[in-house]
Amino acid sequence: MSQLFHPAANSIAKISVVAGALAAGLVAILVLFVLPRSSYVTRQHEARVQPVPFYHAHHVGSMGIDCRYCHTSVDRSAVAGIPPTKTCMNCHSQIWNQAPTLEPVRESWRTGQPIEWVKVHDLPDFVYFNHSAHVNKGVGCSTCHGRVDKMSFVWQEESLLMEWCLECHRQPEKFLRPKSEVYDITYQAPANQLEMGHQLVKEYDVYPQVTCSTCHR
Amino acid sequence: MILRVSALVALLAVAGLGCRQDMHDQPKYKPYRQSEFFTDGRAMRPLVAGTVAQGTLRDDTALFTGKSGGDFVTEIPLAVTADLLERGRSEFQVFCSPCHGRTGKGDGMIVQRGFKRPTSYHVDRLRQTPVGYFFDVITNGYGAMSDYAAQVPVEDRWAIVAYLRTLQLSQYAPAADVPADRKAELEASLQALDAHEAAGEGH
Repeated sequence: MSQLFHPAANSIAKISVVAGALAAGLVAILVLFVLPRSSYVTRQHEARVQPVPFYHAHHVGSMGIDCRYCHTSVDRSAVAGIPPTKTCMNCHSQIWNQAPTLEPVRESWRTGQPIEWVKVHDLPDFVYFNHSAHVNKGVGCSTCHGRVDKMSFVWQEESLLMEWCLECHRQPEKFLRPKSEVYDITYQAPANQLEMGHQLVKEYDVYPQVTCSTCHR
Repeated sequence: MILRVSALVALLAVAGLGCRQDMHDQPKYKPYRQSEFFTDGRAMRPLVAGTVAQGTLRDDTALFTGKSGGDFVTEIPLAVTADLLERGRSEFQVFCSPCHGRTGKGDGMIVQRGFKRPTSYHVDRLRQTPVGYFFDVITNGYGAMSDYAAQVPVEDRWAIVAYLRTLQLSQYAPAADVPADRKAELEASLQALDAHEAAGEGH
């Protein structure tokens, strides 16, 4: 009876045990550490199509309308505020008031039924976030939201992962800007950011917590 | 080997089936969330007409309507401080300047895009108009202008009115009001303006 296995089969068997363990480890790393950070999971940089072609690039970038004109409660509430249809009609009662693309806006205005905007920045429900606490302490809109004045349909500029939150909560001096610049979407950090940041931390009394219950409450 | 890989994939797929986002998407209402319970689909409920939250009975008519005994008030019912003016400037630039322009001439970007041009603040009639009138216009709207009651809180509306007076003054102050040590700056800017207009670039 001839040999069923080639003599090399012993080595292959031994190597395959090690290789299998390595492959399993690699898959585990991918599933646990790489996949959750990927934009496939975080949906980072994925522009969301909205029911109305509302372009921030046009309204903010070209027209120069301030963020707060629509997101009115950003400096006094946890939520920045999604504008009611009336805010659209402040201008669009006269401008583009026949445009077919704006028919959903006019329909909403006639019926009182809100436009169903698609939420772009959807934090998990076990996270508490307060806009006013941030903008009133020198965290600029564009620090988290990016250059919204260049986006047509808005996307999520950052990962919104917990490690991303902690990056700033641990070292706010890297990101703070003067309060007068918070709403300037074109703001560029100066060369002496760290020096200025340390000063702003003291001046604005910024001591962000990193305990669990700060955000998970 | 193929068997092993497919077994691993199958195992991951089964494990993946167990992954749900129940903690991420909890069955509770948060601001702007959709409701399947209310027929209009809104979790945020409109206030019942006539609702007054505790401590917010608006019985100070001068402060909340800009009127006193049916007439527009002539004095801002808040202490006009540098802070209030600063707040007024920032709020004016956010909410008013799109149409009225940064100097209040009525030449804002939205007007340039075809919105009805508002009256310039720098006309005699509006310089004489009592402050309560401006508060009333912000609160209730006027002509093509919508009301801004929902977008601008009461104190901020008065801050805007105070800043509006500042704007009017900035375009209509007598030269005698300029401090002696800064007269030279005024002269220089006037000369620059003349030169600018002489060059035919003025409009």
